[in-house]
Amino acid sequence: MIQFVQVSKVYSGGFQALQGVSFSIMAGELVFFIGHSGAGKSTLLKLIAAIEQPTSGTVKVGKLDSSTMKRSAVPYLRRGLGLIFQEQKILYDRPVLDNVLLPLQVVGMESKVATARARAALDKVGLLHRGKANPVSLSGGEKQRMCIARAVVNRPTVLIADEPTANLDAAYAQEIMGVFRSFHQVGVTVLIATHDLALIENKSRVLQLYQGKLAQ
Amino acid sequence: MIRWLRQHGLAVGHAFEMLIGSPASSVLSIVVMGIVLSFPAGILLTLDNLRTVSGESLESPQLSVLMNTDAASDDIERINANLEKMSAIAHFQFISKEIALQQLQQETELAEIMRNLEQNPLPDVFAVNLGNVTVDEIEALRTTILAWPKIAHVLVDTDWARKLDAILSLGRIIAIMLAILFGAALVFAVFNMIRLQILTRSDEIEVSRLVGATNSYIRRPFLYFGAIQGLAGALLAWLILAVSIAQINKALFELARLYETTFKLDHFVWLDSLILLVIAIGLGWLGAYVSVTRYLLRSDNI
Repeated sequence: MIQFVQVSKVYSGGFQALQGVSFSIMAGELVFFIGHSGAGKSTLLKLIAAIEQPTSGTVKVGKLDSSTMKRSAVPYLRRGLGLIFQEQKILYDRPVLDNVLLPLQVVGMESKVATARARAALDKVGLLHRGKANPVSLSGGEKQRMCIARAVVNRPTVLIADEPTANLDAAYAQEIMGVFRSFHQVGVTVLIATHDLALIENKSRVLQLYQGKLAQ
Repeated sequence: MIRWLRQHGLAVGHAFEMLIGSPASSVLSIVVMGIVLSFPAGILLTLDNLRTVSGESLESPQLSVLMNTDAASDDIERINANLEKMSAIAHFQFISKEIALQQLQQETELAEIMRNLEQNPLPDVFAVNLGNVTVDEIEALRTTILAWPKIAHVLVDTDWARKLDAILSLGRIIAIMLAILFGAALVFAVFNMIRLQILTRSDEIEVSRLVGATNSYIRRPFLYFGAIQGLAGALLAWLILAVSIAQINKALFELARLYETTFKLDHFVWLDSLILLVIAIGLGWLGAYVSVTRYLLRSDNI
Protein backbone atom coordinates (compact mmCIF):
# COMPACT_ATOMS: atom_id res chain seq x y z
CA MET A 1 0.00 0.00 0.00
CA ILE A 2 2.75 2.46 0.97
CA GLN A 3 6.26 1.92 -0.30
CA PHE A 4 9.45 3.94 0.16
CA VAL A 5 12.34 3.02 -2.14
CA GLN A 6 15.73 4.58 -1.31
CA VAL A 7 14.06 7.85 -0.37
CA SER A 8 16.23 10.84 0.53
CA LYS A 9 15.12 14.34 1.36
CA VAL A 10 17.42 17.35 1.52
CA TYR A 11 15.78 20.69 2.39
CA SER A 12 16.76 23.87 0.55
CA GLY A 13 18.99 24.95 3.44
CA GLY A 14 21.05 21.78 2.93
CA PHE A 15 19.63 19.88 5.91
CA GLN A 16 19.35 16.17 5.11
CA ALA A 17 16.13 14.96 6.75
CA LEU A 18 16.03 11.47 5.22
CA GLN A 19 18.71 9.33 3.68
CA GLY A 20 18.08 6.18 1.63
CA VAL A 21 14.95 5.13 3.50
CA SER A 22 13.16 2.02 2.21
CA PHE A 23 10.16 0.18 3.68
CA SER A 24 6.70 -1.09 2.80
CA ILE A 25 3.45 -0.87 4.75
CA MET A 26 0.54 -3.17 4.02
CA ALA A 27 -3.11 -2.10 4.15
CA GLY A 28 -4.62 -2.29 7.62
CA GLU A 29 -1.32 -2.05 9.53
CA LEU A 30 -0.75 0.08 12.61
CA VAL A 31 2.76 1.50 12.36
CA PHE A 32 4.64 3.73 14.80
CA PHE A 33 7.51 5.91 13.57
CA ILE A 34 9.74 6.71 16.49
CA GLY A 35 12.92 8.69 16.89
CA HIS A 36 14.30 11.81 18.51
CA SER A 37 13.40 15.30 17.35
CA GLY A 38 14.84 15.94 13.89
CA ALA A 39 15.15 12.24 13.11
CA GLY A 40 12.93 12.66 10.03
CA LYS A 41 9.54 11.37 11.28
CA SER A 42 7.53 14.42 10.21
CA THR A 43 9.33 14.62 6.87
CA LEU A 44 8.49 10.99 6.21
CA LEU A 45 4.79 11.56 6.88
CA LYS A 46 4.84 14.73 4.75
CA LEU A 47 6.29 12.73 1.88
CA ILE A 48 3.39 10.26 2.12
CA ALA A 49 0.89 13.14 1.95
CA ALA A 50 2.88 14.82 -0.86
CA ILE A 51 3.36 17.90 1.31
CA GLU A 52 7.04 17.46 0.49
CA GLN A 53 8.68 15.84 -2.54
CA PRO A 54 11.61 13.41 -2.19
CA THR A 55 14.99 14.66 -3.39
CA SER A 56 15.70 11.15 -4.64
CA GLY A 57 14.02 7.77 -4.48
CA THR A 58 10.36 6.90 -4.90
CA VAL A 59 7.35 7.16 -2.61
CA LYS A 60 4.37 5.07 -3.66
CA VAL A 61 0.96 5.46 -2.04
CA GLY A 62 -1.54 3.05 -3.55
CA LYS A 63 -1.23 3.43 -7.31
CA LEU A 64 0.30 6.91 -7.11
CA ASP A 65 4.04 7.29 -7.52
CA SER A 66 5.78 10.50 -6.36
CA SER A 67 8.22 10.42 -9.28
CA THR A 68 5.48 10.44 -11.93
CA MET A 69 2.60 12.07 -10.05
CA LYS A 70 1.41 15.46 -11.34
CA ARG A 71 0.73 18.32 -8.88
CA SER A 72 -2.90 18.24 -9.95
CA ALA A 73 -3.21 14.66 -8.63
CA VAL A 74 -2.10 15.63 -5.09
CA PRO A 75 -5.59 16.74 -3.86
CA TYR A 76 -7.05 13.40 -4.94
CA LEU A 77 -4.25 11.54 -3.10
CA ARG A 78 -5.00 13.54 0.06
CA ARG A 79 -8.72 12.78 -0.12
CA GLY A 80 -7.78 9.15 0.56
CA LEU A 81 -5.65 10.12 3.57
CA GLY A 82 -6.65 11.41 6.98
CA LEU A 83 -4.04 13.88 8.24
CA ILE A 84 -3.57 14.86 11.88
CA PHE A 85 -0.89 17.39 12.63
CA GLN A 86 1.10 18.23 15.70
CA GLU A 87 0.09 21.87 15.30
CA GLN A 88 -3.55 20.77 14.80
CA LYS A 89 -4.41 23.40 12.15
CA ILE A 90 -7.81 24.27 13.59
CA LEU A 91 -9.97 27.03 12.13
CA TYR A 92 -11.08 29.14 15.06
CA ASP A 93 -13.47 31.33 13.04
CA ARG A 94 -16.09 28.57 12.86
CA PRO A 95 -17.66 25.98 15.18
CA VAL A 96 -16.38 22.45 15.69
CA LEU A 97 -18.93 20.93 13.29
CA ASP A 98 -17.88 23.27 10.47
CA ASN A 99 -14.23 22.35 11.01
CA VAL A 100 -15.14 18.70 10.56
CA LEU A 101 -17.35 19.49 7.54
CA LEU A 102 -14.50 21.08 5.57
CA PRO A 103 -13.14 17.88 3.90
CA LEU A 104 -16.66 17.01 2.76
CA GLN A 105 -17.33 20.50 1.37
CA VAL A 106 -14.07 20.22 -0.56
CA VAL A 107 -15.36 17.13 -2.38
CA GLY A 108 -18.74 18.77 -3.01
CA MET A 109 -20.85 16.50 -0.83
CA GLU A 110 -24.52 17.41 -0.42
CA SER A 111 -25.05 19.54 2.68
CA LYS A 112 -27.44 17.21 4.56
CA VAL A 113 -25.35 14.09 3.89
CA ALA A 114 -22.17 15.96 4.82
CA THR A 115 -23.65 17.23 8.08
CA ALA A 116 -24.82 13.71 8.99
CA ARG A 117 -21.34 12.34 8.22
CA ALA A 118 -19.63 15.09 10.24
CA ARG A 119 -21.94 14.49 13.20
CA ALA A 120 -21.22 10.74 12.98
CA ALA A 121 -17.46 11.44 12.99
CA LEU A 122 -17.83 13.72 16.03
CA ASP A 123 -19.90 11.04 17.73
CA LYS A 124 -17.17 8.48 17.02
CA VAL A 125 -14.61 10.60 18.90
CA GLY A 126 -17.11 11.52 21.63
CA LEU A 127 -17.51 15.18 20.69
CA LEU A 128 -21.01 15.31 19.24
CA HIS A 129 -22.26 17.43 22.13
CA ARG A 130 -19.59 20.08 21.33
CA GLY A 131 -20.52 20.42 17.65
CA LYS A 132 -21.73 24.01 17.95
CA ALA A 133 -18.95 25.10 20.27
CA ASN A 134 -16.07 27.27 19.12
CA PRO A 135 -12.80 25.29 19.12
CA VAL A 136 -11.30 27.90 21.48
CA SER A 137 -13.48 26.49 24.24
CA LEU A 138 -12.23 22.91 23.76
CA SER A 139 -9.63 21.26 25.97
CA GLY A 140 -6.36 20.00 24.46
CA GLY A 141 -7.68 16.45 24.21
CA GLU A 142 -10.96 17.62 22.69
CA LYS A 143 -9.12 19.67 20.09
CA GLN A 144 -7.08 16.67 19.08
CA ARG A 145 -10.22 14.51 18.94
CA MET A 146 -11.84 17.14 16.73
CA CYS A 147 -8.83 16.92 14.42
CA ILE A 148 -9.22 13.15 14.31
CA ALA A 149 -12.91 13.55 13.44
CA ARG A 150 -11.91 15.91 10.61
CA ALA A 151 -9.32 13.40 9.43
CA VAL A 152 -11.70 10.43 9.36
CA VAL A 153 -14.87 12.14 8.15
CA ASN A 154 -13.96 11.45 4.53
CA ARG A 155 -13.51 7.72 5.38
CA PRO A 156 -9.84 7.56 4.41
CA THR A 157 -7.97 4.30 3.96
CA VAL A 158 -4.88 5.71 5.69
CA LEU A 159 -4.75 7.75 8.88
CA ILE A 160 -1.54 9.72 9.37
CA ALA A 161 -0.83 11.38 12.72
CA ASP A 162 2.24 13.47 13.51
CA GLU A 163 2.88 13.60 17.27
CA PRO A 164 -0.86 13.46 18.04
CA THR A 165 -0.29 13.38 21.79
CA ALA A 166 2.58 15.86 21.97
CA ASN A 167 0.74 18.53 23.95
CA LEU A 168 -1.46 16.23 25.99
CA ASP A 169 -1.09 14.70 29.45
CA ALA A 170 -0.92 10.91 29.85
CA ALA A 171 -4.67 10.42 30.36
CA TYR A 172 -5.59 12.43 27.25
CA ALA A 173 -2.83 10.67 25.30
CA GLN A 174 -4.27 7.23 26.12
CA GLU A 175 -7.74 8.49 25.20
CA ILE A 176 -6.48 9.62 21.77
CA MET A 177 -4.66 6.32 21.25
CA GLY A 178 -7.91 4.53 21.99
CA VAL A 179 -9.55 6.43 19.15
CA PHE A 180 -6.73 5.44 16.76
CA ARG A 181 -6.99 1.81 17.83
CA SER A 182 -10.72 1.79 17.13
CA PHE A 183 -10.10 2.96 13.56
CA HIS A 184 -7.32 0.42 13.11
CA GLN A 185 -9.69 -2.33 14.25
CA VAL A 186 -12.07 -1.53 11.37
CA GLY A 187 -9.29 -1.89 8.79
CA VAL A 188 -7.89 1.63 8.49
CA THR A 189 -4.11 1.82 8.02
CA VAL A 190 -2.80 3.98 10.87
CA LEU A 191 0.62 5.65 10.79
CA ILE A 192 1.70 7.50 13.92
CA ALA A 193 4.89 9.49 14.42
CA THR A 194 5.75 9.87 18.09
CA HIS A 195 8.61 10.19 20.50
CA ASP A 196 6.41 8.93 23.35
CA LEU A 197 7.38 5.26 23.67
CA ALA A 198 4.65 4.69 26.26
CA LEU A 199 2.06 4.84 23.49
CA ILE A 200 3.47 1.89 21.59
CA GLU A 201 1.74 -1.41 22.00
CA ASN A 202 3.63 -4.71 22.06
CA LYS A 203 2.11 -6.11 18.88
CA SER A 204 2.52 -2.93 16.85
CA ARG A 205 5.04 -2.47 14.08
CA VAL A 206 7.69 0.10 14.93
CA LEU A 207 10.01 1.82 12.49
CA GLN A 208 12.78 3.75 14.20
CA LEU A 209 14.47 6.68 12.54
CA TYR A 210 17.88 7.92 13.56
CA GLN A 211 19.43 10.94 11.88
CA GLY A 212 17.31 10.45 8.77
CA LYS A 213 18.04 6.75 8.40
CA LEU A 214 15.89 3.76 9.24
CA ALA A 215 17.46 1.94 12.19
CA GLN A 216 17.51 -1.85 11.85
CA MET B 1 -23.20 18.33 -12.65
CA ILE B 2 -25.14 18.74 -9.37
CA ARG B 3 -21.87 18.47 -7.42
CA TRP B 4 -20.31 21.09 -9.70
CA LEU B 5 -23.27 23.45 -9.17
CA ARG B 6 -23.14 22.79 -5.42
CA GLN B 7 -19.47 23.74 -5.29
CA HIS B 8 -20.11 26.93 -7.27
CA GLY B 9 -23.03 27.75 -4.99
CA LEU B 10 -20.76 27.27 -2.00
CA ALA B 11 -18.10 29.48 -3.62
CA VAL B 12 -20.64 32.26 -4.29
CA GLY B 13 -21.73 31.99 -0.64
CA HIS B 14 -18.12 32.31 0.50
CA ALA B 15 -17.65 35.31 -1.80
CA PHE B 16 -20.62 37.11 -0.23
CA GLU B 17 -19.32 36.16 3.22
CA MET B 18 -16.06 37.92 2.31
CA LEU B 19 -17.99 41.00 1.11
CA ILE B 20 -20.19 41.16 4.18
CA GLY B 21 -17.30 40.23 6.46
CA SER B 22 -15.56 43.53 5.73
CA PRO B 23 -18.40 45.90 4.73
CA ALA B 24 -16.46 49.16 4.99
CA SER B 25 -13.59 48.09 2.75
CA SER B 26 -16.01 46.38 0.35
CA VAL B 27 -18.12 49.53 -0.07
CA LEU B 28 -15.00 51.66 -0.39
CA SER B 29 -13.50 49.47 -3.08
CA ILE B 30 -16.80 49.32 -5.00
CA VAL B 31 -17.00 53.14 -4.92
CA VAL B 32 -13.41 53.40 -6.17
CA MET B 33 -14.16 50.90 -8.93
CA GLY B 34 -17.33 52.77 -9.88
CA ILE B 35 -15.48 56.07 -10.18
CA VAL B 36 -12.57 54.49 -12.06
CA LEU B 37 -14.95 52.83 -14.53
CA SER B 38 -17.11 55.93 -15.00
CA PHE B 39 -14.17 58.00 -16.34
CA PRO B 40 -13.41 56.12 -19.57
CA ALA B 41 -17.05 55.04 -19.93
CA GLY B 42 -18.14 58.68 -19.65
CA ILE B 43 -15.61 59.83 -22.25
CA LEU B 44 -16.66 57.07 -24.65
CA LEU B 45 -20.31 57.91 -24.07
CA THR B 46 -19.73 61.62 -24.81
CA LEU B 47 -17.79 60.77 -27.96
CA ASP B 48 -20.55 58.44 -29.11
CA ASN B 49 -23.10 61.19 -28.58
CA LEU B 50 -20.97 63.68 -30.53
CA ARG B 51 -20.49 61.12 -33.26
CA THR B 52 -24.25 61.08 -33.79
CA VAL B 53 -24.01 64.81 -34.58
CA SER B 54 -21.44 64.24 -37.30
CA GLY B 55 -23.30 61.10 -38.27
CA GLU B 56 -26.58 62.93 -38.72
CA SER B 57 -24.91 65.40 -41.06
CA LEU B 58 -23.81 62.47 -43.14
CA GLU B 59 -27.05 60.55 -42.89
CA SER B 60 -28.80 62.59 -45.58
CA PRO B 61 -25.99 64.53 -47.26
CA GLN B 62 -26.65 66.55 -50.40
CA LEU B 63 -24.67 66.92 -53.57
CA SER B 64 -25.17 69.72 -56.04
CA VAL B 65 -24.31 68.56 -59.54
CA LEU B 66 -23.67 71.64 -61.68
CA MET B 67 -23.72 71.14 -65.42
CA ASN B 68 -21.81 73.07 -68.01
CA THR B 69 -23.71 76.07 -69.31
CA ASP B 70 -23.62 74.61 -72.83
CA ALA B 71 -25.24 71.32 -71.77
CA ALA B 72 -28.08 70.30 -74.05
CA SER B 73 -31.31 68.53 -73.09
CA ASP B 74 -29.80 65.19 -74.29
CA ASP B 75 -26.95 65.64 -71.86
CA ILE B 76 -29.38 66.39 -69.04
CA GLU B 77 -31.42 63.27 -69.81
CA ARG B 78 -28.28 61.16 -69.85
CA ILE B 79 -27.17 62.50 -66.46
CA ASN B 80 -30.71 61.96 -65.18
CA ALA B 81 -30.58 58.31 -66.35
CA ASN B 82 -27.15 57.81 -64.80
CA LEU B 83 -28.25 59.21 -61.43
CA GLU B 84 -31.30 56.94 -61.40
CA LYS B 85 -29.05 53.91 -61.68
CA MET B 86 -26.99 54.80 -58.58
CA SER B 87 -28.04 52.91 -55.48
CA ALA B 88 -26.34 55.34 -53.09
CA ILE B 89 -28.75 58.09 -54.17
CA ALA B 90 -32.00 58.33 -52.23
CA HIS B 91 -33.65 60.84 -54.53
CA PHE B 92 -32.76 63.80 -56.70
CA GLN B 93 -34.36 66.80 -58.28
CA PHE B 94 -33.50 68.64 -61.48
CA ILE B 95 -33.46 72.42 -61.24
CA SER B 96 -33.18 74.03 -64.66
CA LYS B 97 -31.15 77.20 -65.03
CA GLU B 98 -34.32 79.09 -65.92
CA ILE B 99 -36.08 78.06 -62.72
CA ALA B 100 -32.94 78.76 -60.73
CA LEU B 101 -32.77 82.26 -62.18
CA GLN B 102 -36.42 82.82 -61.44
CA GLN B 103 -35.96 81.80 -57.85
CA LEU B 104 -32.93 83.98 -57.50
CA GLN B 105 -34.76 86.97 -58.87
CA GLN B 106 -37.64 86.45 -56.50
CA GLU B 107 -35.89 85.58 -53.35
CA THR B 108 -32.59 87.37 -53.04
CA GLU B 109 -31.27 90.82 -52.60
CA LEU B 110 -29.52 90.43 -55.94
CA ALA B 111 -32.85 90.41 -57.74
CA GLU B 112 -32.29 93.77 -59.43
CA ILE B 113 -28.85 92.80 -60.70
CA MET B 114 -30.11 89.45 -61.89
CA ARG B 115 -32.95 91.07 -63.79
CA ASN B 116 -30.50 93.32 -65.63
CA LEU B 117 -28.31 90.50 -66.85
CA GLU B 118 -28.38 89.94 -70.61
CA GLN B 119 -27.67 86.25 -70.27
CA ASN B 120 -28.54 83.67 -67.63
CA PRO B 121 -25.24 82.85 -65.88
CA LEU B 122 -26.63 79.96 -63.87
CA PRO B 123 -26.10 76.30 -64.82
CA ASP B 124 -28.62 73.48 -64.79
CA VAL B 125 -28.38 71.70 -61.47
CA PHE B 126 -29.25 68.31 -60.03
CA ALA B 127 -29.92 68.48 -56.27
CA VAL B 128 -29.03 64.99 -55.14
CA ASN B 129 -29.95 63.53 -51.76
CA LEU B 130 -27.86 60.56 -50.74
CA GLY B 131 -28.79 57.63 -48.55
CA ASN B 132 -26.82 56.56 -45.46
CA VAL B 133 -23.27 56.75 -46.76
CA THR B 134 -19.84 57.31 -45.32
CA VAL B 135 -17.67 60.31 -46.02
CA ASP B 136 -15.42 58.18 -48.19
CA GLU B 137 -18.37 56.96 -50.22
CA ILE B 138 -19.50 60.55 -50.78
CA GLU B 139 -16.04 61.44 -52.04
CA ALA B 140 -16.03 58.43 -54.37
CA LEU B 141 -19.45 59.39 -55.70
CA ARG B 142 -18.31 62.94 -56.24
CA THR B 143 -15.31 61.77 -58.28
CA THR B 144 -17.47 59.44 -60.38
CA ILE B 145 -20.07 62.10 -61.22
CA LEU B 146 -17.40 64.67 -61.93
CA ALA B 147 -15.98 62.36 -64.61
CA TRP B 148 -19.22 62.33 -66.57
CA PRO B 149 -19.34 64.62 -69.65
CA LYS B 150 -20.86 68.08 -69.35
CA ILE B 151 -20.47 68.17 -65.57
CA ALA B 152 -18.84 71.38 -64.41
CA HIS B 153 -18.78 70.93 -60.63
CA VAL B 154 -20.04 68.61 -57.92
CA LEU B 155 -20.45 70.54 -54.71
CA VAL B 156 -20.51 68.76 -51.43
CA ASP B 157 -19.73 70.11 -47.98
CA THR B 158 -18.38 67.23 -45.97
CA ASP B 159 -15.20 68.92 -44.83
CA TRP B 160 -16.47 69.98 -41.41
CA ALA B 161 -17.97 66.54 -40.86
CA ARG B 162 -14.67 64.93 -41.84
CA LYS B 163 -12.80 67.15 -39.38
CA LEU B 164 -15.24 66.41 -36.59
CA ASP B 165 -15.07 62.73 -37.44
CA ALA B 166 -11.25 62.83 -37.27
CA ILE B 167 -11.32 64.64 -33.92
CA LEU B 168 -13.78 62.10 -32.57
CA SER B 169 -11.62 59.24 -33.84
CA LEU B 170 -8.63 60.74 -32.04
CA GLY B 171 -10.77 61.22 -28.94
CA ARG B 172 -11.88 57.63 -29.17
CA ILE B 173 -8.29 56.38 -29.29
CA ILE B 174 -7.43 58.51 -26.26
CA ALA B 175 -10.53 57.22 -24.47
CA ILE B 176 -9.61 53.61 -25.26
CA MET B 177 -6.07 54.19 -24.00
CA LEU B 178 -7.50 55.69 -20.82
CA ALA B 179 -9.88 52.76 -20.53
CA ILE B 180 -6.93 50.35 -20.77
CA LEU B 181 -5.02 52.31 -18.11
CA PHE B 182 -8.04 52.54 -15.80
CA GLY B 183 -8.80 48.88 -16.50
CA ALA B 184 -5.26 47.95 -15.47
CA ALA B 185 -5.68 50.09 -12.33
CA LEU B 186 -8.88 48.23 -11.57
CA VAL B 187 -7.15 44.86 -12.02
CA PHE B 188 -4.38 45.97 -9.62
CA ALA B 189 -6.97 47.23 -7.12
CA VAL B 190 -8.80 43.89 -7.15
CA PHE B 191 -5.46 42.07 -7.06
CA ASN B 192 -4.52 43.89 -3.86
CA MET B 193 -7.96 43.46 -2.32
CA ILE B 194 -7.89 39.72 -2.97
CA ARG B 195 -4.33 39.51 -1.64
CA LEU B 196 -5.57 40.97 1.65
CA GLN B 197 -8.51 38.56 1.68
CA ILE B 198 -6.14 35.66 1.08
CA LEU B 199 -3.96 36.76 3.98
CA THR B 200 -6.96 36.74 6.31
CA ARG B 201 -8.02 33.31 5.05
CA SER B 202 -4.58 31.70 4.69
CA ASP B 203 -5.25 29.19 7.48
CA GLU B 204 -8.44 28.04 5.81
CA ILE B 205 -6.67 27.75 2.47
CA GLU B 206 -3.86 25.71 4.01
CA VAL B 207 -6.22 23.33 5.81
CA SER B 208 -8.40 23.02 2.70
CA ARG B 209 -5.37 22.01 0.63
CA LEU B 210 -4.35 19.46 3.26
CA VAL B 211 -7.78 17.82 3.16
CA GLY B 212 -7.75 17.56 -0.62
CA ALA B 213 -8.97 20.86 -2.03
CA THR B 214 -7.95 21.47 -5.63
CA ASN B 215 -6.56 24.84 -6.74
CA SER B 216 -9.84 25.45 -8.58
CA TYR B 217 -11.78 24.94 -5.36
CA ILE B 218 -9.59 27.42 -3.49
CA ARG B 219 -9.59 29.92 -6.34
CA ARG B 220 -13.34 29.87 -6.97
CA PRO B 221 -14.68 32.03 -4.06
CA PHE B 222 -12.04 34.68 -4.75
CA LEU B 223 -12.93 34.75 -8.45
CA TYR B 224 -16.58 35.27 -7.57
CA PHE B 225 -15.53 37.91 -5.05
CA GLY B 226 -13.58 39.80 -7.74
CA ALA B 227 -16.40 39.39 -10.26
CA ILE B 228 -19.04 40.62 -7.79
CA GLN B 229 -16.90 43.65 -6.98
CA GLY B 230 -16.52 44.34 -10.71
CA LEU B 231 -20.26 44.00 -11.25
CA ALA B 232 -21.08 46.29 -8.34
CA GLY B 233 -18.46 48.81 -9.56
CA ALA B 234 -19.95 48.76 -13.08
CA LEU B 235 -23.50 49.26 -11.77
CA LEU B 236 -22.28 52.21 -9.73
CA ALA B 237 -20.43 53.64 -12.76
CA TRP B 238 -23.63 53.29 -14.82
CA LEU B 239 -25.53 55.12 -12.12
CA ILE B 240 -22.89 57.88 -11.90
CA LEU B 241 -23.17 58.37 -15.67
CA ALA B 242 -26.98 58.40 -15.55
CA VAL B 243 -26.99 61.15 -12.92
CA SER B 244 -24.27 63.11 -14.76
CA ILE B 245 -26.13 62.87 -18.09
CA ALA B 246 -29.35 64.08 -16.48
CA GLN B 247 -27.54 67.11 -15.05
CA ILE B 248 -25.65 67.90 -18.28
CA ASN B 249 -28.83 67.56 -20.36
CA LYS B 250 -30.52 70.21 -18.23
CA ALA B 251 -27.75 72.64 -19.20
CA LEU B 252 -27.64 71.40 -22.79
CA PHE B 253 -31.35 71.98 -23.27
CA GLU B 254 -30.92 75.77 -23.09
CA LEU B 255 -27.85 75.71 -25.32
CA ALA B 256 -29.55 73.50 -27.89
CA ARG B 257 -32.59 75.77 -27.89
CA LEU B 258 -30.41 78.77 -28.75
CA TYR B 259 -29.00 76.83 -31.70
CA GLU B 260 -32.48 75.61 -32.63
CA THR B 261 -31.52 71.98 -32.31
CA THR B 262 -32.62 69.22 -30.00
CA PHE B 263 -29.20 67.82 -29.13
CA LYS B 264 -28.97 65.94 -25.85
CA LEU B 265 -26.73 63.27 -24.37
CA ASP B 266 -28.08 59.73 -24.35
CA HIS B 267 -27.01 57.02 -21.90
CA PHE B 268 -25.60 53.70 -23.12
CA VAL B 269 -28.03 51.50 -24.99
CA TRP B 270 -28.67 48.14 -23.29
CA LEU B 271 -25.98 46.37 -25.35
CA ASP B 272 -23.31 48.95 -24.40
CA SER B 273 -24.45 48.73 -20.77
CA LEU B 274 -24.10 44.97 -20.95
CA ILE B 275 -20.60 45.34 -22.43
CA LEU B 276 -19.65 47.69 -19.56
CA LEU B 277 -20.89 45.10 -17.03
CA VAL B 278 -19.13 42.21 -18.74
CA ILE B 279 -15.83 44.12 -19.01
CA ALA B 280 -15.98 45.14 -15.33
CA ILE B 281 -16.83 41.60 -14.24
CA GLY B 282 -14.01 40.31 -16.42
CA LEU B 283 -11.50 42.79 -14.95
CA GLY B 284 -12.54 41.90 -11.38
CA TRP B 285 -12.26 38.23 -12.22
CA LEU B 286 -8.84 38.75 -13.84
CA GLY B 287 -7.46 40.66 -10.83
CA ALA B 288 -8.68 37.91 -8.52
CA TYR B 289 -7.33 35.15 -10.75
CA VAL B 290 -3.85 36.67 -10.92
CA SER B 291 -3.80 37.29 -7.17
CA VAL B 292 -4.92 33.79 -6.12
CA THR B 293 -2.79 32.03 -8.70
CA ARG B 294 0.27 33.96 -7.54
CA TYR B 295 -0.46 32.90 -3.95
CA LEU B 296 -1.07 29.27 -4.93
CA LEU B 297 2.17 29.12 -6.90
CA ARG B 298 4.12 30.60 -4.00
CA SER B 299 2.62 28.14 -1.54
CA ASP B 300 2.72 25.16 -3.85
CA ASN B 301 4.62 23.01 -1.32
CA ILE B 302 1.53 22.72 0.89
